[in-house]
Amino acid sequence: MAGRHLSRRRQRAHDLDSERVLIEVEDLTKNYGSTVAVDHLSFDVRPGMVTGFLGPNGSGKSTTMRMILGLDRPDGGHVTVAGRRYGDLPWPLREVGGLLEAKSVHPGRTAYNHLLALAQTNGISRARIAEVLELVGLTGVARKRAGTFSLGMGQRLGIAAALLGDPGVLLFDEPVNGLDPEGIRWVRLLLKHLASEGRTVLVSSHLMSEMAVTADHVVVIGKGRLIAQATIGDFLGASSNSHVKVRSPQSDALAAVIVSSGGKIARMGDGALEVSGLSAADIGDLAATRGYALHELSPQTASLEEAFMELTDESVEYRGARSGES
Amino acid sequence: MTIAETGRRGDDRWAGRGQPPPGHYGPIQLIASEWTKLRTVRSTIWTLVVTVAAVIGIGALATAVTAAHWRSGGIADHIGFDPTARSLAGLFLGQISIGVLGVLTMSAEYSTGTIRSTLAAAPNRPLVLACKALVFGAVALVTSEVITFAAFLLGQDLLKGTTPYASLGQPGVLRAVAGAGLVLTVVGLFALALATIIRHTAGAIAAYVGVMLVLPLILQAFPVSFQHGVIKFLPLVIAENMTATRPAVTDFGGAVLFSPWVGFLILCCYTLALLAIGATVLTRRDA
Ligand SMILES: Nc1ncnc2c1ncn2[C@@H]1O[C@H](COP(=O)(O)OP(=O)(O)O)[C@@H](O)[C@H]1O
Ligand SMILES: [Mg+2]
Repeated sequence: MAGRHLSRRRQRAHDLDSERVLIEVEDLTKNYGSTVAVDHLSFDVRPGMVTGFLGPNGSGKSTTMRMILGLDRPDGGHVTVAGRRYGDLPWPLREVGGLLEAKSVHPGRTAYNHLLALAQTNGISRARIAEVLELVGLTGVARKRAGTFSLGMGQRLGIAAALLGDPGVLLFDEPVNGLDPEGIRWVRLLLKHLASEGRTVLVSSHLMSEMAVTADHVVVIGKGRLIAQATIGDFLGASSNSHVKVRSPQSDALAAVIVSSGGKIARMGDGALEVSGLSAADIGDLAATRGYALHELSPQTASLEEAFMELTDESVEYRGARSGES
Repeated sequence: MTIAETGRRGDDRWAGRGQPPPGHYGPIQLIASEWTKLRTVRSTIWTLVVTVAAVIGIGALATAVTAAHWRSGGIADHIGFDPTARSLAGLFLGQISIGVLGVLTMSAEYSTGTIRSTLAAAPNRPLVLACKALVFGAVALVTSEVITFAAFLLGQDLLKGTTPYASLGQPGVLRAVAGAGLVLTVVGLFALALATIIRHTAGAIAAYVGVMLVLPLILQAFPVSFQHGVIKFLPLVIAENMTATRPAVTDFGGAVLFSPWVGFLILCCYTLALLAIGATVLTRRDA
C-alpha cells in the first residue's frame, strides 16, 4: 500500500506478507492512578491470521486496544498501526476497524444513522453502509433505534461499524460476549474469513476455549505484562504442562537415565512414566542408545485452557518471570 | 452458515480494495457527520421545540397580558416600558433550553460511549470539537434568529392598538431582536463547551444554570459597590442588555453596563475561552 511505512526493524522482511507487522506495540505502559493496567508490553500482530489476545479479566487487554486506537494516551512506550501512529492515519476507518468492549452507540439513533455518521467522517459511501448491514444481518432492522436491539444485535452493529471502511486491520475486544451459540459461531467464522482475506485480525478474550478454536497465533498477557507470544501450537508446547507418556519394560532403568539427562518423572498408577522437560525424540534416542524397549512413547499436549491457567497463575505468583518468552 | 463478502477486494489477499480518496479526513467530512448526529436524535427536536415554544409562547403571553392591563396600569408600569424587550421575555427560558441542547450535543457522546467511535474515526480532537460546535452553532443561530424575529413581530402585533409598540426601524430595535438570536446561539455554545469540560449531562446543566441564573442571585449577597463593579460581566446581564432597546438600568440600581455590542463581545470571549479549554482537556484526557 502506498504510504504505508514499515519500521526499520521490519524493513528487510517487507516483501514477505506474513512478516509484515501491522500492529506494533512497543514497551507500552498505562497507569490509572496507582493501578498499572499495562506494564511495558511489547508484541506485534501480523496479517493473514487471527491473533488471539488473551488474559484474565483485568489483565489490560481492553486498555491496550484503546491505546492502539489512539483513545487512551500511553504513559510510556508507543504503538503503531499500519506503520503509523494512529493519529497520523489519513483515513483511520479505512485502515483500522475496532469493536470496543463498551457499547458506543446512541440508543436513540437508528442503526443506519449510526453507521452513516461514522461513514461520513471517512468519506465512506452509503452503498458500503448497506453492504455491512447485509453482512452482519441487520438490513431488516436498519431503521430501528439501536436502543431496542438485543445484546447480540448490538454486537453485530459494532462489527458492522468496524468493517465500514473495509480496513486491513481489525481489532475486536471480546466480540462473543453476550452472544448465543449461533452468534458465537458466526463471529468465529467471520474472524477466520477476514484473516483469510489477508487482513490483520486481533481479537481479545478472557476465555481460552474460545481462542483455541479461533486463533492461529496468541499474545498472552497477565497483569499488563506479556507472558507469551506464539502460535497456538508452540504456546502449548512451551507449557510445562505438556509431557511425554512413556511405557517400557525397563521402566526403572529408563527413569534413571531420563532424570540424569535433565527430565522430570512422574509415575502413573498403571506403570507408565510421565516425562516433562525432554521431547519424545530425546527420550526415544536415550532408550535406543541403552537398548531399552519402548511400548509407548506419546507426547501429551496440555489443553489450551490448562496452559493458560498455568501461565497466568505464574504471572500472579512471580510477576513477569517468563516475560518475553514464547 | 456462510459469510458473505466482507469487502470489495477481488483476490484472496486483502490489498485490492478500493483506493482511498487522496488527502485525509477533514472539516467537510466531520461537519457532515456532526450534522447527521445532531439531526438523528430526538433530544435535538425536543429541546428545539421547547426553545421555540418558550421564546414565542412566553413573548406572546407577556405582550398579551401587557396589552390587556395597560389601561388599568399605573404610571410606574408605563415609564421605561420597552415593547421590544417585552416581546422577547421568553429569552430567559429559551437560554435554558438551548443550553440543554448545547450540553446534550456533547455530553450524549460521553453518556452513550459514542465519543470513542467518534474519536477513533477522527483522532484530531480539536477539529472534532470545532466541527461539532460549528454545526450546533449553525442550527442554533438559524433557529434562534427565526424565533426571536417571530416573537418580536407577534408581540408587537399583540401590543398594537392599546399600548406603545416598536418597529424594526426604530433605534436599537433591530439590534435587540437580531442580538437576541445571537445571544441564544452563543450561550448554547457556552453550554456545549462546559459539557466538553465536565463530560456529564447533569453536571454540565447544573454548571450552566449556575453561571447563567444562580450567579446573579449570589452576587446580591455582596455589597452594592461590589455588585456595581462586576454585574456588567454576568452573562445574563449582558444578554438582557443586548436584547433591550434602552439600558436596563432599573434592574441593577444604577450600575453602569457595557454597551450592548461590547457586552456581546465579552460573552463571545467567555465562550471561546471555554471552547479552547474544552479542546485542550479533550486532547489531554483518555476518551
Ligand atoms: N478508565 C479506567 N480507569 C481506571 N482504571 C481502569 C480503567 N480502565 C481499566 N482500568 C483498570 O486497568 C486494569 C486493566 O483493565 P482492562 O484493560 O479493562 O483489562 P481486561 O480488558 O483485560 O479485562 C484493571 O485493573 C482495570 O480496573
Ligand atoms: Mg476487557
